[in-house]
Amino acid sequence: MILIKNGRVVDPANNRDEILDILVDGKKIAKVAKRIQDDAAQIIDAKDKIVLPGLVDMHVHLREPGREDKETIETGTLAAVKGGITSVLAMPNTAPVPDCAGHISLVREIIAKTGQANVYICGAITRGRAGKELSDILELKKENVAVISDDGASVESEELMLAAFKKAKKNGVLVICHCEDKALSANGAVNLGFTSTRLGLRGISCESEYKRVKRDIALAKKTQACVHIAHVSCKESVEIIRAAKKDGIKVTSETAPHYFALTEDDVLSYDTNKKMNPPLRGNADLAAIKDGLGDGTIDAIASDHAPHTDNEKDVEFERAEFGVIGLETELAVAITELIIHNVLDWPALVNKMSVNPAKILGINKGTLSEGADADIIIVDTDKEWVVKKDDFVSKSQNCAFLGKKLKGVVEHTVCGGRIVYRASGRGLYNLK
Amino acid sequence: MPWVRKDLLGLEDLSKEEIELILSTAESFKEVSTREIKKVPALRGKTVVNLFYEPSTRTRVSFEVAAKRLSADVINIVPHESSVKKGETLIDTGRNIQALKADIVVLRHFASGSADILSRHLDISVVNAGDGWHEHPTQALLDIFTLKEKLGRVSGINVSIVGDIAHSRVARSNIWGLIKLGAEVTICAPKLLIPCEIEKMGVKVTQSIDEALIGADAVNVLRMQFERDSDSAFPQQLEYFKNFGITEGRLKKAKKGIIVMHPGPINRGIEIESAVADGINSVILEQVTNGIAVRMAVLFLVAQAQEKIAFSG
Repeated sequence: MILIKNGRVVDPANNRDEILDILVDGKKIAKVAKRIQDDAAQIIDAKDKIVLPGLVDMHVHLREPGREDKETIETGTLAAVKGGITSVLAMPNTAPVPDCAGHISLVREIIAKTGQANVYICGAITRGRAGKELSDILELKKENVAVISDDGASVESEELMLAAFKKAKKNGVLVICHCEDKALSANGAVNLGFTSTRLGLRGISCESEYKRVKRDIALAKKTQACVHIAHVSCKESVEIIRAAKKDGIKVTSETAPHYFALTEDDVLSYDTNKKMNPPLRGNADLAAIKDGLGDGTIDAIASDHAPHTDNEKDVEFERAEFGVIGLETELAVAITELIIHNVLDWPALVNKMSVNPAKILGINKGTLSEGADADIIIVDTDKEWVVKKDDFVSKSQNCAFLGKKLKGVVEHTVCGGRIVYRASGRGLYNLK
Repeated sequence: MPWVRKDLLGLEDLSKEEIELILSTAESFKEVSTREIKKVPALRGKTVVNLFYEPSTRTRVSFEVAAKRLSADVINIVPHESSVKKGETLIDTGRNIQALKADIVVLRHFASGSADILSRHLDISVVNAGDGWHEHPTQALLDIFTLKEKLGRVSGINVSIVGDIAHSRVARSNIWGLIKLGAEVTICAPKLLIPCEIEKMGVKVTQSIDEALIGADAVNVLRMQFERDSDSAFPQQLEYFKNFGITEGRLKKAKKGIIVMHPGPINRGIEIESAVADGINSVILEQVTNGIAVRMAVLFLVAQAQEKIAFSG
């Protein structure tokens, strides 16, 4: 048994934000109350700390199976728990692609053996993510895969996407859309605008994103299916989603920390750790993302954790892979950019990073209710730290925030009633 | 002011004073090429490596001549003859050159930002000889040097740059350099070849060639690289000449004595009429001559900065 004492418990699912104790028994939360006494329990003092439900990151590339040189399910989930994330949705751009029962069970086996956090699998919309024919969505659903995406690519054929939405609706499956019209973004490396002009690189327009957001929302409306828009980066996408929500369409959306913390100006000297897809946008876009988080247009914050090796990043900018890692920094970036700058208060942030993604994925997470799974994190919100390459537990270090000073450190992570991570006294991050 | 940079990557980062220092250093080197023995010992014992990932005759030869007139040893690396074709990365190639104890790498590369990236991984000097569509600083410096020589000043002059601005590193470097030195710059191109938000660099934009020529003290005519791009943005050659070609007829409406520049190699009858290219307004071959002095200055300054760095620490 574990007893977490005297922490400020922020649990918006139960409308709670007060100093409380939490008793964990086995895999579950046994009791949440003031001044719990239990002599047999292992006590964690959370005085002056914030206690939250474990975070849920609904956009993570764990790379295994297929690219274990970048990340494995073990290292990725270790990175997750270090960042306070106890549940992740593993995106399907792996080899093999999780597009059938056989491939799903293969991944499940690895998760059972090496996973340090809860890993949910996102199935592929199309076989091999090739955009040619649909996966057997019913078979995926039977395997308990209730979310599908061709993430990394958009399904180019509107006809095929319509069929996917119809099947998804029929089987109660959520479709996550990577919105990008490749005809408009081909060979682009940075945001289209002054940055692409001054750096002499091909640009990726906002239009290439929001046109596809529009299309996929229209298809969801037509079919009454649920659609989730991944990694929203630009102003127009926020506006389209806002209008769709007003219209009663079943759409949710996420953004990633780099879209509310950085802009295209940060790409300045061809830093390939600032190269991601969609690209960092302008100041107006960043402001729109914050507005969208504030008014609920954007439901969730997800890292889009995308590990790449140094070999793939230490090359000419246009040849470098897209993507950055984010599991170990996302909470601190959110605290630094959103809490300190009063964009969100604590309950709102917990909604974005735990409650809402759990709801969208239809999983029983994001709450500190008695009887719920004991996924709990304790955060020292005042502690400052500088992001350094050597401190990552992720296999890759392609982080957009290297050298940045951030606020907020995860002190303990409890997952399924087990302490899976503690920042020990000997230096910030000593993982057991 | 002293020169402290180990590299020359572009003109965007340079101050007005740094650009002026290069130009005044070039002035003093220009005379070397007029001597009977065209050589000074400034870089004796230094090794300059020309690493050219893109075919180039003019720029590579100009750098080679410049380095040799400074008494440096010059090695040319042409990618198809080397391990580059075997998959060696730019950074590894650079490290090998450094391990050979070369002092300066002159890099020409098809990818924008390559010189920036290489310089971050090497202690030896990197001189950008053109990276993608990004910058070609020595070309702009020799253009500005030529303008200053002809007009006596750069501040307050009107320069129009005509052609494929979108894909031009020459245009970008010229714009940064000219604006920093107080010139007025107008760019003129078909709409699809004007890059996004270019006004933010401080230039005027027009699609009318006559407007670009009126009042201009100089026109810099860019080469239309029809061979390079199958881009849908490209106009037909004849259509381009009709609307943007620099002809004697068009020059009649411009200032008398307008200077006509071109970074070469020229496409006669596409962006410029032969009569203009060979006419009295043309300084195209003087640009080539000035290129040597400018590149001597750049090689000299970065080598000197390198010695200071070594000396101090």
